[in-house]
Amino acid sequence: MLRLLSICCFSLFFQAVSAQKIPPSGSMQRGKTVYITRCVACHQQDGGGVPHMNPPLDGASAVQGKYKVKLIQVILKGMTDRVEIDGEYYSNNMAPHADLTDQQVADVLTYIRNSWSNKAGAITAEEVKSVRAKIK
Amino acid sequence: MYKSICLFLLVAIVACDSTASDTLQHRKSITILPDSNNAGLKLPNGFSALKVAENMGRARHIAVNQQGDIYVKLERKLNGNGIIYLRDLDKDGRAENVSGFGNYVGTGIAIHKGYLYASSDDDVFRYKLNEKGEVENKEVPEKIIAGLINRRQHASKSITLDNNGNIYVNIGAYSNSCQEKDRQPGSMGMNPCPILDSAGGVWQFKANVPNQTYANGIRYATGLRNVVGLDWNTQTNKLFVTQHGRDQLNNLFPKFYDDKANAELPAETMYEINQGDNAGWPYVYFDNQQNKLILAPEYGGDGQKEPTSTYKQPAMAFPAHMAPNALLFYTGNQFPARYKNGAFIAFHGSWNRAPLPQEGFYVVFVPFENGKPTGTWEVFANGFSGVQVVNNLRSVQHRPCGLAQGPDGSLYVSDDNKGAIFRIIYQGK
Repeated sequence: MLRLLSICCFSLFFQAVSAQKIPPSGSMQRGKTVYITRCVACHQQDGGGVPHMNPPLDGASAVQGKYKVKLIQVILKGMTDRVEIDGEYYSNNMAPHADLTDQQVADVLTYIRNSWSNKAGAITAEEVKSVRAKIK
Repeated sequence: MYKSICLFLLVAIVACDSTASDTLQHRKSITILPDSNNAGLKLPNGFSALKVAENMGRARHIAVNQQGDIYVKLERKLNGNGIIYLRDLDKDGRAENVSGFGNYVGTGIAIHKGYLYASSDDDVFRYKLNEKGEVENKEVPEKIIAGLINRRQHASKSITLDNNGNIYVNIGAYSNSCQEKDRQPGSMGMNPCPILDSAGGVWQFKANVPNQTYANGIRYATGLRNVVGLDWNTQTNKLFVTQHGRDQLNNLFPKFYDDKANAELPAETMYEINQGDNAGWPYVYFDNQQNKLILAPEYGGDGQKEPTSTYKQPAMAFPAHMAPNALLFYTGNQFPARYKNGAFIAFHGSWNRAPLPQEGFYVVFVPFENGKPTGTWEVFANGFSGVQVVNNLRSVQHRPCGLAQGPDGSLYVSDDNKGAIFRIIYQGK
Protein backbone atom coordinates (compact mmCIF):
# COMPACT_ATOMS: atom_id res chain seq x y z
CA MET A 1 0.00 0.00 0.00
CA LEU A 2 2.78 2.33 0.92
CA ARG A 3 4.50 1.38 -2.30
CA LEU A 4 1.38 2.06 -4.35
CA LEU A 5 0.96 5.40 -2.63
CA SER A 6 4.52 6.42 -3.38
CA ILE A 7 4.10 5.44 -7.03
CA CYS A 8 0.92 7.54 -7.16
CA CYS A 9 2.72 10.44 -5.56
CA PHE A 10 5.57 10.10 -7.93
CA SER A 11 3.25 10.03 -10.94
CA LEU A 12 1.42 13.07 -9.72
CA PHE A 13 4.69 14.86 -9.20
CA PHE A 14 5.95 13.78 -12.60
CA GLN A 15 2.74 14.91 -14.28
CA ALA A 16 3.01 18.24 -12.57
CA VAL A 17 6.56 18.70 -13.84
CA SER A 18 5.53 17.60 -17.33
CA ALA A 19 2.61 19.99 -17.30
CA GLN A 20 4.99 22.85 -16.61
CA LYS A 21 7.06 21.84 -19.59
CA ILE A 22 4.26 21.57 -22.10
CA PRO A 23 4.67 24.68 -24.24
CA PRO A 24 1.65 26.80 -25.06
CA SER A 25 0.01 25.44 -28.20
CA GLY A 26 -0.37 28.89 -29.70
CA SER A 27 3.36 29.41 -29.46
CA MET A 28 4.04 26.00 -31.03
CA GLN A 29 1.68 26.71 -33.93
CA ARG A 30 3.11 30.16 -34.61
CA GLY A 31 6.62 28.80 -34.18
CA LYS A 32 5.99 26.16 -36.80
CA THR A 33 4.95 28.85 -39.28
CA VAL A 34 8.20 30.74 -38.66
CA TYR A 35 10.16 27.48 -38.90
CA ILE A 36 8.71 26.62 -42.30
CA THR A 37 9.46 30.10 -43.64
CA ARG A 38 12.92 30.65 -42.17
CA CYS A 39 14.49 27.38 -41.06
CA VAL A 40 13.23 24.41 -43.05
CA ALA A 41 15.47 25.01 -46.08
CA CYS A 42 18.64 24.29 -44.14
CA HIS A 43 17.53 22.38 -41.05
CA GLN A 44 14.93 20.28 -42.94
CA GLN A 45 11.42 19.27 -41.98
CA ASP A 46 12.56 16.62 -39.53
CA GLY A 47 15.05 18.95 -37.86
CA GLY A 48 17.77 16.57 -39.03
CA GLY A 49 19.82 19.20 -40.87
CA VAL A 50 22.20 18.36 -43.72
CA PRO A 51 25.33 16.33 -42.93
CA HIS A 52 28.43 18.52 -42.63
CA MET A 53 26.59 21.60 -43.93
CA ASN A 54 23.70 22.54 -41.67
CA PRO A 55 23.57 21.16 -38.12
CA PRO A 56 20.60 19.13 -36.88
CA LEU A 57 18.25 20.69 -34.36
CA ASP A 58 16.61 17.44 -33.36
CA GLY A 59 18.57 16.00 -30.47
CA ALA A 60 21.06 18.87 -30.48
CA SER A 61 22.40 19.56 -27.00
CA ALA A 62 22.55 23.33 -27.56
CA VAL A 63 18.92 23.45 -28.69
CA GLN A 64 17.58 21.59 -25.68
CA GLY A 65 20.07 22.93 -23.20
CA LYS A 66 19.63 25.45 -20.45
CA TYR A 67 21.69 28.15 -22.17
CA LYS A 68 18.73 29.98 -23.60
CA VAL A 69 20.70 33.20 -24.05
CA LYS A 70 23.12 31.58 -26.48
CA LEU A 71 20.26 30.06 -28.43
CA ILE A 72 18.46 33.40 -28.72
CA GLN A 73 21.74 35.03 -29.81
CA VAL A 74 22.14 32.52 -32.66
CA ILE A 75 18.75 33.52 -34.06
CA LEU A 76 19.39 37.25 -33.67
CA LYS A 77 23.05 37.33 -34.75
CA GLY A 78 23.35 34.30 -37.00
CA MET A 79 26.39 32.06 -36.95
CA THR A 80 29.46 32.15 -39.15
CA ASP A 81 32.13 30.72 -36.85
CA ARG A 82 33.72 27.34 -37.22
CA VAL A 83 32.48 25.66 -34.07
CA GLU A 84 32.11 22.06 -33.09
CA ILE A 85 28.52 21.04 -32.52
CA ASP A 86 28.05 17.71 -30.78
CA GLY A 87 31.30 16.43 -32.29
CA GLU A 88 30.77 17.64 -35.85
CA TYR A 89 31.66 20.69 -37.91
CA TYR A 90 29.28 22.38 -40.35
CA SER A 91 30.22 24.52 -43.34
CA ASN A 92 27.27 26.78 -44.11
CA ASN A 93 26.72 30.23 -42.66
CA MET A 94 23.51 31.03 -40.85
CA ALA A 95 22.10 34.48 -41.48
CA PRO A 96 20.89 36.64 -38.59
CA HIS A 97 17.12 36.75 -38.19
CA ALA A 98 16.99 39.98 -36.20
CA ASP A 99 14.01 41.16 -38.22
CA LEU A 100 11.79 38.63 -36.44
CA THR A 101 9.82 40.08 -33.51
CA ASP A 102 10.61 39.03 -29.94
CA GLN A 103 7.45 36.92 -30.00
CA GLN A 104 8.40 35.24 -33.29
CA VAL A 105 11.88 34.36 -32.00
CA ALA A 106 10.33 33.01 -28.80
CA ASP A 107 7.80 30.99 -30.79
CA VAL A 108 10.27 29.44 -33.20
CA LEU A 109 12.67 28.53 -30.39
CA THR A 110 9.83 27.06 -28.36
CA TYR A 111 8.87 25.09 -31.46
CA ILE A 112 12.33 23.64 -32.13
CA ARG A 113 12.86 22.90 -28.42
CA ASN A 114 9.66 20.84 -28.39
CA SER A 115 9.52 19.19 -31.80
CA TRP A 116 10.73 15.79 -33.01
CA SER A 117 12.48 14.18 -30.03
CA ASN A 118 13.22 17.47 -28.31
CA LYS A 119 11.62 18.26 -24.96
CA ALA A 120 12.74 21.48 -23.34
CA GLY A 121 11.16 24.50 -21.73
CA ALA A 122 9.44 27.25 -23.68
CA ILE A 123 11.15 30.54 -24.39
CA THR A 124 9.28 33.76 -23.77
CA ALA A 125 9.22 37.05 -25.66
CA GLU A 126 10.53 38.74 -22.50
CA GLU A 127 13.63 36.53 -22.56
CA VAL A 128 14.23 37.42 -26.21
CA LYS A 129 13.71 41.10 -25.50
CA SER A 130 16.28 41.02 -22.73
CA VAL A 131 18.91 39.33 -24.93
CA ARG A 132 18.20 41.66 -27.84
CA ALA A 133 18.67 44.71 -25.62
CA LYS A 134 22.17 43.56 -24.73
CA ILE A 135 23.12 42.93 -28.37
CA LYS A 136 22.21 46.44 -29.49
CA MET B 1 22.83 -24.10 -62.83
CA TYR B 2 23.98 -23.82 -66.43
CA LYS B 3 22.87 -20.19 -66.40
CA SER B 4 24.80 -19.39 -63.25
CA ILE B 5 27.94 -21.05 -64.56
CA CYS B 6 27.62 -18.96 -67.72
CA LEU B 7 27.16 -15.85 -65.60
CA PHE B 8 30.18 -16.72 -63.54
CA LEU B 9 32.34 -17.23 -66.61
CA LEU B 10 31.16 -14.00 -68.14
CA VAL B 11 32.09 -12.05 -65.05
CA ALA B 12 35.43 -13.77 -64.90
CA ILE B 13 36.12 -12.82 -68.49
CA VAL B 14 34.89 -9.27 -68.18
CA ALA B 15 36.76 -8.71 -64.96
CA CYS B 16 39.95 -10.04 -66.47
CA ASP B 17 42.85 -8.12 -64.97
CA SER B 18 44.41 -6.29 -67.86
CA THR B 19 47.61 -5.34 -66.08
CA ALA B 20 50.58 -7.59 -65.60
CA SER B 21 51.33 -7.97 -61.93
CA ASP B 22 54.83 -7.46 -60.67
CA THR B 23 55.49 -11.18 -60.36
CA LEU B 24 53.35 -12.58 -63.13
CA GLN B 25 54.12 -11.34 -66.59
CA HIS B 26 51.07 -12.88 -68.17
CA ARG B 27 47.46 -11.77 -68.10
CA LYS B 28 45.77 -13.28 -65.15
CA SER B 29 42.02 -13.64 -65.12
CA ILE B 30 40.26 -12.91 -61.88
CA THR B 31 36.98 -14.26 -60.70
CA ILE B 32 34.66 -11.72 -59.20
CA LEU B 33 30.95 -11.96 -58.72
CA PRO B 34 28.62 -9.02 -58.24
CA ASP B 35 26.66 -8.73 -55.02
CA SER B 36 23.43 -10.68 -55.25
CA ASN B 37 21.37 -7.50 -55.21
CA ASN B 38 23.90 -5.47 -57.21
CA ALA B 39 24.80 -3.74 -53.94
CA GLY B 40 21.31 -2.22 -53.94
CA LEU B 41 21.87 -0.35 -57.21
CA LYS B 42 19.61 -0.13 -60.23
CA LEU B 43 21.67 -0.29 -63.41
CA PRO B 44 21.11 -0.58 -67.16
CA ASN B 45 20.82 -4.08 -68.60
CA GLY B 46 24.07 -6.00 -68.59
CA PHE B 47 25.62 -4.01 -65.74
CA SER B 48 26.06 -5.26 -62.21
CA ALA B 49 27.71 -4.00 -59.05
CA LEU B 50 29.39 -4.96 -55.85
CA LYS B 51 30.54 -3.17 -52.72
CA VAL B 52 34.33 -3.20 -52.67
CA ALA B 53 34.38 -1.80 -49.14
CA GLU B 54 32.05 -0.41 -46.52
CA ASN B 55 32.33 1.91 -43.54
CA MET B 56 35.28 3.85 -44.94
CA GLY B 57 34.07 7.09 -43.40
CA ARG B 58 33.57 10.23 -45.40
CA ALA B 59 34.93 8.87 -48.65
CA ARG B 60 35.16 11.89 -50.93
CA HIS B 61 37.12 11.44 -54.17
CA ILE B 62 38.89 8.22 -55.17
CA ALA B 63 41.69 7.15 -57.47
CA VAL B 64 42.53 3.64 -58.71
CA ASN B 65 46.08 2.63 -59.62
CA GLN B 66 47.16 0.30 -62.43
CA GLN B 67 46.99 -2.64 -60.04
CA GLY B 68 43.34 -1.92 -59.25
CA ASP B 69 44.08 -0.73 -55.72
CA ILE B 70 42.04 2.21 -54.50
CA TYR B 71 43.09 5.44 -52.78
CA VAL B 72 40.26 7.16 -50.93
CA LYS B 73 40.46 10.79 -49.76
CA LEU B 74 38.60 11.35 -46.52
CA GLU B 75 36.89 14.47 -45.27
CA ARG B 76 37.36 13.30 -41.71
CA LYS B 77 40.14 11.08 -40.41
CA LEU B 78 39.50 7.39 -39.99
CA ASN B 79 41.80 5.72 -37.47
CA GLY B 80 43.99 8.78 -37.67
CA ASN B 81 44.37 8.74 -41.45
CA GLY B 82 43.15 11.15 -44.12
CA ILE B 83 43.78 8.76 -47.03
CA ILE B 84 42.72 5.13 -47.12
CA TYR B 85 44.48 2.57 -49.32
CA LEU B 86 42.32 -0.41 -50.27
CA ARG B 87 43.77 -3.59 -51.73
CA ASP B 88 42.05 -6.72 -52.95
CA LEU B 89 44.77 -9.30 -52.45
CA ASP B 90 42.68 -12.39 -53.10
CA LYS B 91 41.15 -10.83 -56.21
CA ASP B 92 37.56 -11.51 -55.30
CA GLY B 93 36.68 -7.88 -55.97
CA ARG B 94 36.33 -7.00 -52.28
CA ALA B 95 39.12 -5.08 -50.58
CA GLU B 96 40.19 -6.91 -47.45
CA ASN B 97 43.52 -5.15 -47.02
CA VAL B 98 42.89 -1.70 -45.56
CA SER B 99 45.61 0.72 -44.55
CA GLY B 100 45.96 4.45 -44.36
CA PHE B 101 48.22 7.48 -44.21
CA GLY B 102 48.10 11.26 -44.47
CA ASN B 103 47.47 13.59 -41.55
CA TYR B 104 45.12 15.94 -43.38
CA VAL B 105 41.50 15.74 -44.49
CA GLY B 106 40.02 16.92 -47.77
CA THR B 107 38.36 15.91 -51.02
CA GLY B 108 40.67 15.85 -54.05
CA ILE B 109 42.72 12.85 -55.15
CA ALA B 110 44.14 11.77 -58.52
CA ILE B 111 46.79 9.52 -60.00
CA HIS B 112 48.82 10.95 -62.85
CA LYS B 113 52.10 9.93 -64.46
CA GLY B 114 53.46 7.99 -61.53
CA TYR B 115 52.28 10.31 -58.78
CA LEU B 116 49.37 10.33 -56.37
CA TYR B 117 48.02 13.85 -55.87
CA ALA B 118 45.79 14.65 -52.88
CA SER B 119 44.37 17.85 -51.45
CA SER B 120 43.41 19.21 -48.09
CA ASP B 121 41.04 22.17 -48.03
CA ASP B 122 44.11 24.48 -48.12
CA ASP B 123 46.94 22.66 -49.90
CA VAL B 124 47.76 20.12 -52.59
CA PHE B 125 50.32 17.36 -52.03
CA ARG B 126 51.82 14.62 -54.14
CA TYR B 127 53.46 11.26 -53.48
CA LYS B 128 55.68 9.25 -55.81
CA LEU B 129 54.21 5.86 -56.65
CA ASN B 130 56.50 2.86 -57.01
CA GLU B 131 56.13 0.24 -59.72
CA LYS B 132 53.50 -1.50 -57.63
CA GLY B 133 51.42 1.66 -57.51
CA GLU B 134 52.21 2.11 -53.82
CA VAL B 135 53.13 5.25 -51.94
CA GLU B 136 56.52 4.91 -50.26
CA ASN B 137 57.03 8.32 -48.68
CA LYS B 138 53.69 8.19 -46.88
CA GLU B 139 54.59 10.68 -44.17
CA VAL B 140 56.57 13.14 -46.26
CA PRO B 141 54.54 14.18 -49.27
CA GLU B 142 55.77 16.96 -51.51
CA LYS B 143 53.64 20.07 -51.05
CA ILE B 144 52.81 21.33 -54.51
CA ILE B 145 50.39 24.15 -53.71
CA ALA B 146 49.98 25.96 -50.40
CA GLY B 147 47.68 28.48 -48.79
CA LEU B 148 44.49 28.31 -50.83
CA ILE B 149 41.43 30.07 -49.46
CA ASN B 150 39.45 27.96 -47.02
CA ARG B 151 36.56 29.66 -45.31
CA ARG B 152 34.44 26.63 -44.44
CA GLN B 153 31.89 27.03 -47.20
CA HIS B 154 32.71 25.25 -50.49
CA ALA B 155 36.18 24.42 -49.20
CA SER B 156 36.74 21.21 -51.24
CA LYS B 157 39.83 21.53 -53.42
CA SER B 158 38.94 19.09 -56.19
CA ILE B 159 41.75 18.44 -58.66
CA THR B 160 42.43 17.12 -62.14
CA LEU B 161 45.52 17.09 -64.39
CA ASP B 162 46.16 17.53 -68.10
CA ASN B 163 48.88 15.81 -70.12
CA ASN B 164 50.91 18.99 -70.38
CA GLY B 165 52.25 19.24 -66.85
CA ASN B 166 49.41 21.22 -65.28
CA ILE B 167 47.09 20.63 -62.38
CA TYR B 168 43.67 22.29 -62.08
CA VAL B 169 42.24 23.10 -58.68
CA ASN B 170 38.72 24.10 -57.76
CA ILE B 171 38.68 27.00 -55.33
CA GLY B 172 35.03 27.29 -54.39
CA ALA B 173 33.42 30.59 -53.44
CA TYR B 174 33.04 30.99 -49.69
CA SER B 175 29.56 32.37 -50.20
CA ASN B 176 26.21 31.44 -51.66
CA SER B 177 25.70 34.37 -54.00
CA CYS B 178 28.24 37.03 -52.96
CA GLN B 179 25.67 38.95 -50.94
CA GLU B 180 26.93 41.69 -48.66
CA LYS B 181 25.60 39.46 -45.89
CA ASP B 182 25.80 35.81 -46.88
CA ARG B 183 22.44 34.02 -46.99
CA GLN B 184 20.60 36.99 -45.48
CA PRO B 185 17.16 37.66 -46.98
CA GLY B 186 17.19 40.66 -49.30
CA SER B 187 20.90 41.41 -48.93
CA MET B 188 22.22 42.61 -52.28
CA GLY B 189 25.27 41.36 -54.15
CA MET B 190 28.68 43.00 -53.90
CA ASN B 191 29.63 44.49 -57.25
CA PRO B 192 32.17 43.59 -58.39
CA CYS B 193 32.20 40.45 -56.29
CA PRO B 194 35.51 40.59 -54.34
CA ILE B 195 35.52 36.84 -53.76
CA LEU B 196 36.42 36.21 -57.40
CA ASP B 197 39.99 37.44 -56.88
CA SER B 198 40.91 34.35 -54.91
CA ALA B 199 37.99 31.92 -55.25
CA GLY B 200 34.91 31.12 -57.32
CA GLY B 201 36.96 29.61 -60.11
CA VAL B 202 39.46 27.03 -61.27
CA TRP B 203 43.17 27.77 -60.87
CA GLN B 204 45.95 26.21 -62.92
CA PHE B 205 49.31 25.33 -61.35
CA LYS B 206 52.34 23.29 -62.40
CA ALA B 207 51.99 19.66 -61.44
CA ASN B 208 55.66 19.24 -60.51
CA VAL B 209 56.72 22.48 -58.82
CA PRO B 210 56.78 22.52 -55.01
CA ASN B 211 55.34 25.21 -52.76
CA GLN B 212 53.36 27.14 -55.33
CA THR B 213 50.97 29.80 -54.06
CA TYR B 214 48.37 32.03 -55.71
CA ALA B 215 51.26 34.08 -57.11
CA ASN B 216 52.40 31.09 -59.17
CA GLY B 217 48.95 30.05 -60.34
CA ILE B 218 46.73 31.21 -63.14
CA ARG B 219 43.04 31.87 -62.68
CA TYR B 220 42.10 29.55 -65.51
CA ALA B 221 38.35 30.20 -65.35
CA THR B 222 36.16 32.35 -63.13
CA GLY B 223 32.51 32.82 -62.24
CA LEU B 224 32.28 29.21 -61.08
CA ARG B 225 30.66 29.02 -57.66
CA ASN B 226 31.94 25.59 -56.68
CA VAL B 227 32.97 22.86 -59.11
CA VAL B 228 33.43 19.80 -56.97
CA GLY B 229 33.45 17.71 -60.15
CA LEU B 230 36.11 18.35 -62.78
CA ASP B 231 37.97 16.19 -65.29
CA TRP B 232 40.32 16.66 -68.18
CA ASN B 233 38.94 15.36 -71.46
CA THR B 234 41.96 13.69 -73.03
CA GLN B 235 40.17 13.18 -76.33
CA THR B 236 39.90 16.92 -77.00
CA ASN B 237 42.32 18.31 -74.39
CA LYS B 238 39.65 20.36 -72.67
CA LEU B 239 38.76 20.93 -69.06
CA PHE B 240 35.19 20.10 -68.11
CA VAL B 241 33.64 21.06 -64.78
CA THR B 242 30.32 20.54 -63.02
CA GLN B 243 29.09 23.47 -60.95
CA HIS B 244 26.94 23.51 -57.84
CA GLY B 245 24.40 26.26 -58.53
CA ARG B 246 23.37 28.81 -55.93
CA ASP B 247 20.89 28.06 -53.12
CA GLN B 248 17.86 29.62 -51.46
CA LEU B 249 16.22 31.80 -54.11
CA ASN B 250 12.95 31.46 -52.18
CA ASN B 251 14.35 32.35 -48.74
CA LEU B 252 16.43 35.26 -49.95
CA PHE B 253 14.05 36.76 -52.52
CA PRO B 254 10.57 35.46 -51.74
CA LYS B 255 8.91 38.17 -53.81
CA PHE B 256 10.30 36.59 -56.97
CA TYR B 257 10.56 32.88 -56.10
CA ASP B 258 8.26 30.49 -54.24
CA ASP B 259 9.25 27.10 -52.83
CA LYS B 260 8.51 25.33 -56.09
CA ALA B 261 10.54 27.79 -58.16
CA ASN B 262 13.45 27.38 -55.77
CA ALA B 263 13.24 23.61 -56.00
CA GLU B 264 13.61 23.82 -59.79
CA LEU B 265 16.07 26.73 -60.08
CA PRO B 266 18.80 27.24 -60.94
CA ALA B 267 20.14 24.40 -63.06
CA GLU B 268 23.21 22.49 -62.03
CA THR B 269 25.56 22.96 -64.96
CA MET B 270 28.42 21.34 -66.82
CA TYR B 271 30.86 23.56 -68.72
CA GLU B 272 33.54 22.95 -71.29
CA ILE B 273 36.18 25.38 -70.09
CA ASN B 274 38.67 27.35 -72.13
CA GLN B 275 41.27 29.46 -70.43
CA GLY B 276 39.80 32.83 -69.47
CA ASP B 277 36.18 31.71 -69.43
CA ASN B 278 33.70 33.39 -67.09
CA ALA B 279 30.63 31.35 -66.20
CA GLY B 280 28.94 34.29 -64.53
CA TRP B 281 28.55 33.46 -60.84
CA PRO B 282 27.37 35.37 -58.83
CA TYR B 283 25.83 37.74 -61.37
CA VAL B 284 23.78 35.18 -63.28
CA TYR B 285 22.37 31.70 -63.06
CA PHE B 286 21.17 29.28 -65.71
CA ASP B 287 17.39 28.79 -65.84
CA ASN B 288 16.78 25.37 -67.38
CA GLN B 289 13.08 26.06 -67.94
CA GLN B 290 13.61 29.26 -69.91
CA ASN B 291 16.86 27.75 -71.21
CA LYS B 292 18.90 30.90 -70.73
CA LEU B 293 21.04 32.85 -68.33
CA ILE B 294 19.05 35.00 -65.92
CA LEU B 295 20.27 37.95 -63.84
CA ALA B 296 20.61 36.97 -60.17
CA PRO B 297 18.18 38.77 -57.82
CA GLU B 298 21.15 40.02 -55.78
CA TYR B 299 22.15 42.01 -58.89
CA GLY B 300 18.76 43.38 -59.84
CA GLY B 301 17.16 40.30 -61.36
CA ASP B 302 13.54 39.33 -60.90
CA GLY B 303 13.52 35.82 -62.31
CA GLN B 304 13.04 37.12 -65.87
CA LYS B 305 15.63 39.82 -66.57
CA GLU B 306 18.60 38.74 -68.62
CA PRO B 307 22.14 39.99 -68.08
CA THR B 308 23.60 42.64 -70.34
CA SER B 309 27.07 41.07 -70.22
CA THR B 310 27.79 37.78 -71.91
CA TYR B 311 28.90 34.72 -70.00
CA LYS B 312 29.82 31.15 -70.75
CA GLN B 313 26.88 28.95 -71.71
CA PRO B 314 26.68 25.52 -70.08
CA ALA B 315 27.46 22.44 -72.14
CA MET B 316 24.61 20.69 -70.33
CA ALA B 317 22.09 21.56 -67.62
CA PHE B 318 20.65 19.32 -64.91
CA PRO B 319 17.88 19.74 -62.33
CA ALA B 320 18.56 22.15 -59.49
CA HIS B 321 20.50 21.50 -56.31
CA MET B 322 21.48 17.88 -57.09
CA ALA B 323 25.15 18.63 -56.32
CA PRO B 324 27.38 17.15 -59.05
CA ASN B 325 30.33 16.07 -56.90
CA ALA B 326 32.39 14.15 -59.44
CA LEU B 327 32.93 14.09 -63.20
CA LEU B 328 34.71 11.32 -65.08
CA PHE B 329 35.29 10.80 -68.79
CA TYR B 330 35.11 7.08 -69.44
CA THR B 331 38.01 5.85 -71.55
CA GLY B 332 37.77 2.13 -70.80
CA ASN B 333 36.84 -0.76 -73.03
CA GLN B 334 34.82 -2.86 -70.60
CA PHE B 335 31.55 -0.96 -71.06
CA PRO B 336 29.66 -0.93 -74.40
CA ALA B 337 31.05 1.39 -77.07
CA ARG B 338 28.48 4.15 -76.54
CA TYR B 339 29.95 4.85 -73.11
CA LYS B 340 33.46 5.44 -74.41
CA ASN B 341 34.52 9.08 -74.08
CA GLY B 342 31.18 9.96 -72.50
CA ALA B 343 30.91 11.51 -69.06
CA PHE B 344 29.75 10.02 -65.80
CA ILE B 345 28.63 12.45 -63.11
CA ALA B 346 28.08 11.55 -59.45
CA PHE B 347 25.23 13.57 -57.98
CA HIS B 348 25.57 13.83 -54.22
CA GLY B 349 21.86 14.66 -53.87
CA SER B 350 20.10 17.87 -52.94
CA TRP B 351 19.11 19.50 -49.67
CA ASN B 352 17.85 22.84 -50.91
CA ARG B 353 14.66 21.53 -52.52
CA ALA B 354 12.94 21.38 -49.10
CA PRO B 355 10.04 21.47 -48.40
CA LEU B 356 9.73 19.58 -51.71
CA PRO B 357 11.31 16.10 -51.89
CA GLN B 358 15.05 15.98 -52.52
CA GLU B 359 16.59 14.84 -55.84
CA GLY B 360 19.80 13.31 -57.09
CA PHE B 361 21.65 10.62 -55.15
CA TYR B 362 22.56 8.89 -58.40
CA VAL B 363 25.23 8.59 -61.11
CA VAL B 364 24.35 10.06 -64.48
CA PHE B 365 25.75 9.32 -67.92
CA VAL B 366 26.10 12.03 -70.57
CA PRO B 367 26.80 10.67 -74.08
CA PHE B 368 29.55 12.54 -75.95
CA GLU B 369 30.48 12.64 -79.61
CA ASN B 370 33.66 14.32 -80.80
CA GLY B 371 34.16 15.92 -77.42
CA LYS B 372 30.69 17.49 -77.22
CA PRO B 373 27.71 16.23 -75.24
CA THR B 374 24.96 14.87 -77.44
CA GLY B 375 21.30 14.35 -76.73
CA THR B 376 20.45 14.39 -73.10
CA TRP B 377 21.65 12.93 -69.83
CA GLU B 378 20.37 9.67 -68.38
CA VAL B 379 20.41 8.14 -64.92
CA PHE B 380 23.01 5.37 -65.03
CA ALA B 381 23.19 4.08 -61.47
CA ASN B 382 20.37 4.71 -59.03
CA GLY B 383 19.30 3.37 -55.67
CA PHE B 384 22.13 4.81 -53.56
CA SER B 385 19.72 6.60 -51.22
CA GLY B 386 17.97 3.35 -50.31
CA VAL B 387 14.58 5.08 -50.18
CA GLN B 388 11.96 5.77 -52.84
CA VAL B 389 11.49 9.43 -51.94
CA VAL B 390 14.02 11.46 -50.01
CA ASN B 391 12.14 13.84 -47.74
CA ASN B 392 14.91 14.19 -45.19
CA LEU B 393 18.65 13.77 -45.49
CA ARG B 394 18.73 11.54 -42.41
CA SER B 395 16.86 8.82 -44.29
CA VAL B 396 19.55 8.59 -46.98
CA GLN B 397 21.92 5.61 -47.00
CA HIS B 398 24.60 6.38 -49.57
CA ARG B 399 25.52 9.64 -51.29
CA PRO B 400 27.63 9.34 -54.47
CA CYS B 401 30.65 11.62 -54.18
CA GLY B 402 33.64 10.32 -56.12
CA LEU B 403 34.25 8.44 -59.38
CA ALA B 404 37.23 6.52 -60.70
CA GLN B 405 37.95 4.15 -63.54
CA GLY B 406 39.80 0.92 -62.86
CA PRO B 407 42.49 -0.49 -65.14
CA ASP B 408 39.99 -3.05 -66.45
CA GLY B 409 37.41 -0.37 -67.19
CA SER B 410 35.29 -0.90 -64.08
CA LEU B 411 33.64 2.22 -62.70
CA TYR B 412 34.13 2.93 -58.99
CA VAL B 413 31.79 5.16 -56.98
CA SER B 414 32.52 6.41 -53.47
CA ASP B 415 29.90 7.37 -50.90
CA ASP B 416 30.76 9.93 -48.22
CA ASN B 417 27.72 9.23 -46.07
CA LYS B 418 28.30 5.62 -45.03
CA GLY B 419 31.71 5.16 -46.57
CA ALA B 420 30.86 2.51 -49.16
CA ILE B 421 32.94 2.00 -52.30
CA PHE B 422 30.93 0.56 -55.19
CA ARG B 423 32.33 -1.10 -58.30
CA ILE B 424 30.16 -1.26 -61.40
CA ILE B 425 31.01 -3.86 -64.04
CA TYR B 426 29.53 -4.83 -67.37
CA GLN B 427 28.47 -8.42 -67.95
CA GLY B 428 26.34 -8.09 -71.04
CA LYS B 429 27.21 -9.38 -74.46
